[in-house]
Order: sequence, then C-alpha cells, then structure tokens
Amino acid sequence: MSEMTPTAAPERAAGLPAQSPPVDPAETAKAEASGRLSWWRGDGGEGAKRNLGLLATLVVLVVIGILTRPDLYGNASWVWGNTLTILKLASVVGVVTVGMTFVIIGGGIDLSVGAIVALAGVWCTTVATQSYGAGGMIFSALTVGLAVGVVNGLLISYGRLVPFIATLAMMVAARGLAAEISDKQTQVSNNQFINGIASTNVLGIPLLVYILAAVVVAGWVLLNRTTFGRRTVAVGGNPEAARLAGINVRRHTLLLYALSGLCCGIAAVMLTAQATSAQAAMANLYELDAIAAAIIGGTLLSGGRGTIIGSLLGVVIFSTITNLFAINGLSTEAQNMVKGGIIVAAVLVQQVQFRSLTQFLGRNRLTTT
Amino acid sequence: MTQHSRDLSRRRLLFGGAALSAGVVLAGCTSNEQTPTAAQTKAAATGGNSEPGKKVTIGFSAPAADHGWIAAITNNAKAQAAAYSDVELKSVEAGADAAAQRAALSTLISQKPDVIVLLPHDGKELNAFGLEAMKAGIPVVNLDRAFPDARAYRLQIKGDNYGMGVAAATYIVAQLKAKGVSNPVIGEIPGIDSLELTQERSKGFADTLAANGLRVANRRPAEFTADSGQQAATGLFQALPKIDALWNHDDDQGIGVLAAVNQANRKEFFMVGGAGSKKAMEDIQADNTVLKATVTYSPSMASSAISLARLIGQNKGMSDLVELQVPKEIVLASETITKENASNYLKLGF
Repeated sequence: MSEMTPTAAPERAAGLPAQSPPVDPAETAKAEASGRLSWWRGDGGEGAKRNLGLLATLVVLVVIGILTRPDLYGNASWVWGNTLTILKLASVVGVVTVGMTFVIIGGGIDLSVGAIVALAGVWCTTVATQSYGAGGMIFSALTVGLAVGVVNGLLISYGRLVPFIATLAMMVAARGLAAEISDKQTQVSNNQFINGIASTNVLGIPLLVYILAAVVVAGWVLLNRTTFGRRTVAVGGNPEAARLAGINVRRHTLLLYALSGLCCGIAAVMLTAQATSAQAAMANLYELDAIAAAIIGGTLLSGGRGTIIGSLLGVVIFSTITNLFAINGLSTEAQNMVKGGIIVAAVLVQQVQFRSLTQFLGRNRLTTT
Repeated sequence: MTQHSRDLSRRRLLFGGAALSAGVVLAGCTSNEQTPTAAQTKAAATGGNSEPGKKVTIGFSAPAADHGWIAAITNNAKAQAAAYSDVELKSVEAGADAAAQRAALSTLISQKPDVIVLLPHDGKELNAFGLEAMKAGIPVVNLDRAFPDARAYRLQIKGDNYGMGVAAATYIVAQLKAKGVSNPVIGEIPGIDSLELTQERSKGFADTLAANGLRVANRRPAEFTADSGQQAATGLFQALPKIDALWNHDDDQGIGVLAAVNQANRKEFFMVGGAGSKKAMEDIQADNTVLKATVTYSPSMASSAISLARLIGQNKGMSDLVELQVPKEIVLASETITKENASNYLKLGF
C-alpha cells in the first residue's frame, strides 16, 4: 500500500495542522500552479536564501582570517591547502550530520551518534577484525553502525520510546560496549589501506573530501528527489497527517535511525583512518557538533524542515571557526563561546526571517516552529 | 498478490539470512587476543623485604578506565599483588564519579582490609574518606591524586606533572641548542585543558622555556584521545607552516598526532611525547618518526604503591633506607626517554 502513496501528499501534509483532513489532490495541484506557494514551501527558495546567509557567514570568517593573518593568506598554496584541511576536518562530522539531518527532519533526534562512531571504530580495529583486512574492517564498521541504528529505530518506532531517551540510553550503552571490547585501550590500526584513506589525495584533493561529497550528494538526492525524502519531511512535519496519507510512519522512523547509524559507520572508518586508531572515548560529543551544524543549517529541531546543503555549510562553518582560532593561536575556551553565540544567532535569524515571511504572505495557518 | 507475498518472504529470508550471518561474523570480531604486555611488576626476589611475611589484605580502588594510562594502573596493581604470595587484593570498581567511588569505598572499609590503595576520582572530594579510613585505623595509600589534608593518608605516591613539562622543555632546549636553531618555533598539544594536571604540565613547560628565553608559539589542546590529537595537530600545522619542536602531552593522543604528521607530510621538526606508552618507546627506538623522546609519567607507580602498601601492612620499612617505616610521600621523577635509553624503559611502557 505505502508504495502507492501519491508523492505530492506528504509534501503537502507537512505544513498542515494535525486536524486537517487527508489531502485533496486537486487543491494541491491548484496551489502548485499558483507558483508562489511552492516558492516558499519547497526546498528551493527559502532554503537557498538561508544558505546564502550561511555562505555570507563563511565569507566573513575568511575575511577575518585574512585580516588577522595576512602573512599566511598571502600565500596561495597555503590558502588552498588550508581550505582542503578545513574540509578534511569537517568530513567526519559532516557525514554524521547528513544522517542526523534526516533524523531531525523526520521529527527525531539521535544522541548516540558519537557513541556509534566509537563502537564501530573500536569494533573494526580489534585484532580479530584486522585479520580480515581492509574489507572486513569496513564491513564490520558499516554493519555495526547500521545495526545500532536499527536497534535505536526499533526502540523508538515499535518500542514507543521517546527518541531523546532511547538514543541517550544507546549513547551510554554503546560507549560501554566499546570500552568492554577495546579493554579501554587505544587500538592501533595496522592496516595500510585503512590508514591510507586519510592520507591519500586524488587529483590533489583528499579522499576524505570525496567521501564527504559523495555522502552529501547521496543525502541531497535522497531528501529532495525520492519518495523516501518526501516521506521524511511529511513524517517529521506531522506524523498523524503522514499516517493518514498512507505512510507507514513507524517503518519510516526505523529507516531514518538506520540511515543515521550507517552514516556513523562510514564516519567511523574515516575517523579511524585519520587517527590510525580507535578507542572507546573517540568521537567525543560528535552528537552535539552534528546537531548544532544541522540547526544552524536551518533544520527545524521539531522536524519537518531542513536541507542537506544547509547542514553541510553548518559543519564547514564550525570547522572554519576552529581553523580561525588555531591559526591565531587563541584558546579553545573562547572558540567554544563563539560557537555557542553563532548557534544562538543562527536560530534567532531564522525565526525572524520565518516570522516576517509568513506575515508577508499572510498565511496564519502556517505554524511557526 | 500471492506472487507479491512470495517475493516478500524471499526477500525477508535473504535479508534475515544476511543479517544473521553478519551478526555471527561480527561477534567473532570482538576478540582482541594478542600477546599480553608484561605488566610492570617487580618480581618478588628472595631475601629481605620480599620474604613472605604476615598476610596483608589490600583494598584497591581506581576509576573505571577510559584511557590506556588508567587501564595500566589497575592492571599493574593486580599483577603486582599477584606476585606476592602474602598479599590478597580486594578490588572495587570506582564507578563513574567521586560519589560512586565513595559508595564503593565504604563497602571496602566494612571488609576490614589492612591497607587501602586508592586512586581517587578527585583528591579533594575524597579527602573526607581518607580521614575516615585513617581514623578507623586503616592506612591509606593515595595514588597520584593528592588529598589536601595530610592526615588523610599514610603514604602518597604520585607523578610529577610540573616536572614533566620541565623535562620536555629541557630536552627541547638542549636539542635546539645543539642544532643551533635561532628563534625556534615551538608548538604544544596538551590534553584536556581544564584539568589541573594539564595546567601544571603546561606551566612547567612554559616556565622552563621562558628561563631560556623561549616561548610556545601555539598550543592546541586535545582530549587525550587519538582522534582529538589528530585534529589538534592538523590545526596546529595550519597555524605554523614551519615548526622546530613540538611537545605532545600524552602518548595515547600522540598516535593521532603522528598520524596527522604523516597526513600533512611534515618532517621539519622533532617531537617529544608524554607518559611513556609502549608504542611511543618503540617508535623512539626505531627512530623513523618525528618522535624523538618522551617524558614519563609512569603507571608503574601502581605497582610500587602495592609493594609499599604491603610493607606498611607488615610494618616494615624500605630496606635501602635507614628509617624503619615507609616514607610519607614519594614523588616520581619524570624521566626522559630517548633512543639511547629506550631499551631500558620498554618493560615499563604501557
């Protein structure tokens, strides 16, 4: 049955209040025809505008960099290398954030991502796994990530646990299991292929950046060009309406957490390659980095709206701030305060934009967050 | 319809089977069997203090390990206790924080051990426990994290964080002088910056450099983990296109720092590590990385603490000293391991 859902329905259901009747296709067609409706509702217009704001923030950060360290920025090859370094350092959190964005758009939250990365990383670097070579290591990292994500999804969709609680429990449990497996030691990866993932450049660009790009493109297509993506928006915007529109909300929620887990598995391979090792305490607080990046990227924490590109820009902005503070030799305490400030500012700007936009369009039935 | 459902069941069988076999393979992958690192114990020699004496029950508590160093502390204590025929070790998990450790310790007291060896979560918070135990007539051996109150412990044995910084800076200054580098660029990658031990290490480092007219050009803190070390080092390399010397506080995070060195293809500087892990010592001995030295903060102190606790329990002194009792405070010197002496230290690496 669910395969037959008209694709327009979930998209439409997203903005409607809970008591709305199932969608009338004719009305949808009318609304689409007016053009204006799809301009502000779709991923195109407003999202693009917000992303322009993020790009502007990025430009400001780079200008600050140029002003504070003209000696470094005067060197073109340094600037190129630095840009690649920023992207490389953003790559692991970036992959995690793509999965996180799906979960948040779908109306959930995943606090266990850092722990899943650690568990998958530890699992793929045990002596036994390493004996299977690079293929075995990658397979186990991805499978562990996916499996933990499925467990999260089952607890939330079929066990009816609140996502916050279920993934918080998973965060503690997965780190515990990782510590148990690794016997609390740092497990060094002796696999040259795995370690090479972090040091290989293809056409002058690090392999890690390609992996990030591939995940982002896949995520973008999945969110914007497939039924799965439309359903995600629908489920997050209004689960009841989505259910009435014929979406299997539970199964879809399960898939979202599985997707997030799989992203963590990919990130675990990347992080293990970068650090040439894994341990239970790795990927510390990545859940917060990923959530923060998604939020400043314009993803609504209550679900139903968000963009992959916005999340990517969010990650890159944080990575650029870290870089900016590093090249100026400033303390990380100040850096964390600035990061916090940027999160608050981004959300404030979004709210103001969103409110004025809805007022401008005179559409009161649209709920502001 | 029947066609459809049969497809579905086949698909389920396929996916179910795949999931099951993946699970079986994965479960087999958690084994970590390799030659166990010989714990840093002192073999019970014959004669003198090593002669089996009065039976001593030692209570032991250290925080749950999330890091190689703490894991080595617990392993060493257990191994050293096992080396004595007259020592029985009662180990309690310290839990996640000071409150949990206090609860665990009160059960330990009720078992009436002869001596308690304790690595507290926080020396200040567990000071009261030390007082209580001492009052109950159980000598307390404080491992590494000092109690502020001198009445709260019978013996304190700890490493020297400030001295680590001094040792690292001393080695760096000597090397730079030998190379005749003028105006050197010195980088620093500390561990978790909010910890007192990190601040002491950095202070010792900065003070010693300042005494030689040098300063740290940039410091990027990591979190004692390899992945954070890699990220901190990558940031540092962007900030400093040319480095002469680098001190990384912790050899565990040093795995990541060395990975970053390879990834950024930087070879122009030399690096000093901290703590003294086995891998760091092997790297120093092999002399094929930028890591040329490490300054110790050895978890072997746990083995020594058990040996001394046994002596306290048997009412004996350290036989090389004149005094009839074990001293009250022992601060281990931070030693500098280089290629020349690495072979002597390998057995102490964790």
